[in-house]
Parts: sequence; structure tokens; C-alpha cells
Amino acid sequence: MFWDWAYTWEIVPVLAEASIVTIEATVAGFTLAAVVGLLLAILRMSPRTWVSLPTAGLVEFIRSTPLLIQIFFIYFVLPEFGITLGALTAGILALGLHYGSYCSEVYRAGLENIPRGQWEASIALNLSPYHTFRDVIIPQAVPPVVPALGNYFVALFKETPLLSAIAVLELMQTAKILGSETFRYTEPITLVGLYFLVFSLVAAALVRRLEYWLKVRWR
Amino acid sequence: MHTRGIIAVCIILSFTAGLAVASFAGFREFLPGLLEGARITVLITVLGCALAVAMAFLAAITRMYGPAPLRWLAITYIELFRGTSALVQLFWLFFVLPHFGITLEPLTVAVVALGLNVGAYGAEVVRGAIDAVPRGQWEATIALNMSRMAALKRVILPQAVLAMIPPWGNLFIELMKATALVSLITISDLAFKASQMNQTTYRTVEIFTIVLVFYLAIAAVITVGMRALERVAARGLARGRAQ
Repeated sequence: MFWDWAYTWEIVPVLAEASIVTIEATVAGFTLAAVVGLLLAILRMSPRTWVSLPTAGLVEFIRSTPLLIQIFFIYFVLPEFGITLGALTAGILALGLHYGSYCSEVYRAGLENIPRGQWEASIALNLSPYHTFRDVIIPQAVPPVVPALGNYFVALFKETPLLSAIAVLELMQTAKILGSETFRYTEPITLVGLYFLVFSLVAAALVRRLEYWLKVRWR
Repeated sequence: MHTRGIIAVCIILSFTAGLAVASFAGFREFLPGLLEGARITVLITVLGCALAVAMAFLAAITRMYGPAPLRWLAITYIELFRGTSALVQLFWLFFVLPHFGITLEPLTVAVVALGLNVGAYGAEVVRGAIDAVPRGQWEATIALNMSRMAALKRVILPQAVLAMIPPWGNLFIELMKATALVSLITISDLAFKASQMNQTTYRTVEIFTIVLVFYLAIAAVITVGMRALERVAARGLARGRAQ
């Protein structure tokens, strides 16, 4: 018997409970990524080279090293410097920083598309840099890039199983534990795969709707 | 110009990091093991990239020009592998396939899982690049009475390939980073060696810093290689057009 339905129904509630942790990590991680990304994008655009160059280097560094190693780094190395984090917090921090560096590239595309005249007008009106960004630049720069950010939201969601490597009890870790208890890996892992497939397809459809809505709304 | 600045920063960063690492006591102690791990990481990256490119072209061309049942199969493959996590795919091939009587070597599982995963993303890159070739090129091949396969091979793909090189560079780096996942199915790659050494020596800072620099170096090699490839391809295409 390849597929045991009785066992499947038995583990569905357990996995459903674990999926809450997955969603928590996704939402918290992406909120962090959205904020960190915007900060990095603004710092990277700074006219001062000693600000923009290290930021660019940091972004490239985070983007070109594996997320798994970054998770390990935050979970195992930070305690040596006196910062001890829970597994879930460390995981959310790693996800947020990793995807923040990706999001910063997206924001940068949005920021660079703002016509020069907008900046010049802000200077002419004697707006402080803070007000220029808050009231003039960001409201124009962010809405067009929301669909691209949405794609990274889906990508981040699909990376949450990595947190199982530091024993966060999310979907993948729960499936592995269930598998090792019963030596039946087929059902738990297939169900996890199915869950991710359904969620990413739904999320991708929502991102497309959002893209359409923004096109209509921000014309 | 801008990208060159970034590369310069990366080189400086990795160089200083390298110096800092070299001054750590016990650097020599970790290096041989980590180099051994890096060899496995590079091996999986190279084989995985080769499989990904093959799968991407196969899936994209089947999806665009294949007969209906094959087209559905290609779409299913692309959506299935783009819609689920790489780690879930890896675990599925590693833990579930043996229940169906197919037991693969862990290394094979790693290459197949990563190759199929990145191949699905690559299929969309290939499709986009082929779509971006101007319609006039297709019309010209019809006017010249070329068959569709010949047109694809001799006219469309050579132009599409140039447009694909930068996104493929990104995908290759994605694949290289994803190889860290194979440490979770008992393959002793760079990430595995790092965790193992960490558990025995607790010299966490040194080990993980060295490992990050290793990955950064591999990514830099891929970036530089793809830039060179792009230059060569662009020159070749320009020569082809001039004739």
C-alpha cells in the first residue's frame, strides 16, 4: 500500500497546527524584509560614498551567500557575542535580512524611476530629506513595485522549511518528526509539498490580482 | 560602472574577511575539511546547473511548440517545481521515492532535485527570451522556407541565448546557494562540514565566517564567468549579424 488514508487523516490536524508557525514566520519575516529593504535601498542611494558603498557591499554579500548558512550564523554565532535568540526569532531575523536585501533591489528600481523633477521640486520647497522621502518619493516609488515585492513574499514563504534546520517546529520539521515516528515519510512530506503548492498558486494569483488592481488604481 | 563598483566592494570585503579569517588561530585546522566540503559543493553546483539548463530548454520548447499532452506535462512540471520548496522536493526525493522502490544515491538526489528545481525557473527564463525575439525574425524564416525546428535552432535561439545569459547567471547563483540544503540529506558538502566541525569544536565564529567567504568566492566566480560568457556571445552575435 503506497498511500494510507487513515494515517493521512490522522496527521492532517498536526500539520495544520504546524502550518500556523510557517505562516507566522512568513508574515513576520516579510514585514522585516519590507522595512529592511526600504532602509537599505535608501542608504544605497545616498550621495555619500562611505554610506552607499558599504551598503551595496552588504547587499551583495547577503544576496550571494546561502540562506541556510545565514540562519546557522545568526543562530550559532550571535550567542558568542552575547545575543541569544530563540530558534524562531533567529529564523525570522535571517529570513528578514536575506529577503530584505532582495527587496532593496526592488525598491531601488522604484526609487530610480522617480523623475528628477520630483527631487528638484522637493529642494525648491525646502523639504527636509525625511519629508521628501515620506511625502513625495515613497508614495510614488513603492506602489509600482508591489507586485515584485509580492513575488518575494511567495519566495520567502517557500524558504520557511529551512527553519527546520534549527529545529523550529514548522511544517517541514513536524513532517520529519512524524515520518521518523512511524517510518512513513510518504504521506507527511507529500502533504507538505501539496500545502506549499496550493498556497503558492493562491498567493501568485493574489499577486496578479493586486498587480491589476494597482494598475487601475494608480493610473 | 555601478556593477564594477559593487564587485570591487565585494572583493575588498572578501579580502578583508579572508585576512581576518587567516589571522584566526586554527584556520589551518579547518581548511582541509572545508576545502573537501567545497569540492562537493562545486561538484553539485556544476552537475545541477548542467541538468537545469537541459531541463529548462526541454520544458520551455515543449511548452511553446510541443503537442498538447506534452505541453501539459511541461506546464505541470514547471508549476509543480516552482510552486513547492526546494527543501520539500529534496526530502521528497530522498525519503519518499524509496517507498516506491527507487533508491538513489544522496548525491544523485541532490543533483536531480536542484537541477529540476532550478530548471523549472529556467524554463520561464528561456520562454521569456524566445518570446522577446522580434516577430519579424520568425516571419523571415517562413519566407526562407525553413522548417520550424531549423528556424528555432539557427535563427531564434542564437538571438534568445544572449538575452538569457544574465538571468541564468542569477539562477546559477541561486542553485549554488541552494546546494547548502543538501547538507540536510547527509551529503558532506561545505554546510555539512561546517555544522559537523561546529559540533565537535564549538569554534562557531571562525568556521561560519570561513564558510560564508567560500560561498561568496564561488558566487564571484560564477558572476565573473557569466559576464565573460555574455561578452563572448555578444561579440559572436554581432559578427553573425555583420555577415
